Amino acid sequence: MRFDSLLDSVGHTPLVGLPRLSPSVDVRLWAKLEDRNPTGSVKDRAALAMVLDAERRGVLTPGATLLEPTSGNTGISLAMVAKQRGYQLICVMPENTSAERAQLLAIWGAKVIYSPAAGGSNEAVRVAKGLAAENPDWVMLYQYGNPANALAHYENTGPELLADLPSITHFVAGLGTTGTLMGVGRFFREHKPDVSIVAAEPRYGELVYGLRNLDEGFIPELYDETLLTTRFSVGPSDAVRRTRELLELEGIFAGVSTGAILHAALGIAAKAVAAKESADIAFIVCDGGWKYLSTGVYEGSLDEAEVALEGQLWA
Amino acid sequence: MSIEVRIPTILRPYTSGEKLVTAQGITLAEVISDLEINYPGIGERLIDENGLRRFINIYVNDEDVRFLDGLQSVIADNDSITILPAVAGG
Repeated sequence: MRFDSLLDSVGHTPLVGLPRLSPSVDVRLWAKLEDRNPTGSVKDRAALAMVLDAERRGVLTPGATLLEPTSGNTGISLAMVAKQRGYQLICVMPENTSAERAQLLAIWGAKVIYSPAAGGSNEAVRVAKGLAAENPDWVMLYQYGNPANALAHYENTGPELLADLPSITHFVAGLGTTGTLMGVGRFFREHKPDVSIVAAEPRYGELVYGLRNLDEGFIPELYDETLLTTRFSVGPSDAVRRTRELLELEGIFAGVSTGAILHAALGIAAKAVAAKESADIAFIVCDGGWKYLSTGVYEGSLDEAEVALEGQLWA
Repeated sequence: MSIEVRIPTILRPYTSGEKLVTAQGITLAEVISDLEINYPGIGERLIDENGLRRFINIYVNDEDVRFLDGLQSVIADNDSITILPAVAGG
């Protein structure tokens, strides 16, 4: 495959079958390898789409400074895109994210402002909104509410899935900004409405939910509950166990959020088997495991790995 | 019959700091009513006149009740209920 530039190569990711994890010939699992994007993450799609959209709207002019609240992956993708397109990037990132994320942001030339660990990404969003108000010349693309984020998946991820797997019955992805699920969900509602759209939401340690009061809760502006069929909360123990199974049985070295998604996908698969229904379940491999090596999740017992993730924003 | 309910940090002032409490009921609404009897004040932090509060998520065996039958979701013995505030990911 040949592309004019690195940015032109974003997307078009492989969909691979999982012969060992699939429970039967009638109930099959398929992994969409988003780690094959330029920075190794599904977020490259949203980052590129948001930047191109802002350029088209005239919001981004040469040399502009971008500001973004991120737990890391979107920041890394934006840093890569910003460098190619000639922008500065400042990321607001919670301090309880893996060391590799900060290193990668530095490699692509982004600056990091840390937000307090307690409150997780909520705090990053709050700090970034404050900085945006103080610095009106900075451009905050704001992944949680930017329609271009979901549109990237509506225009690309969804059609790629349908082309590669016309028999698809379920789509499973992580729920963060909700961009992947909203875009792919909207695409299937229009093109194959019987496809179930399943959200796997990471359940972090308590520190991350350390809000001062419930009115500080956060729901991304992009979120439209009517596009989802169901939504599962997956804790670190199940996420790590499935991340390791994916590596052990299918050879796919993925990050921990992918384990959470696989856990939900296997739950759906088990229900299909019990109901004697056939199913083709596609799920997103959000990123590779490289960025999580320092967390220790690939070593030692499951209990040790769970302890290592306590208080971390692992997805 | 007894159901385990996980309480988030922000609501533990109502449960004397307990993370895990037990409650009874055949539907989620009944379980919340039972919680209110033992931990007065907790009910209105979970529910308002429109039903489940906007920034509260409740999961029965890890499945979001908004995609089950909401407050009328049927709870079976040994089910586990988790209450969490809505937070940002990404």
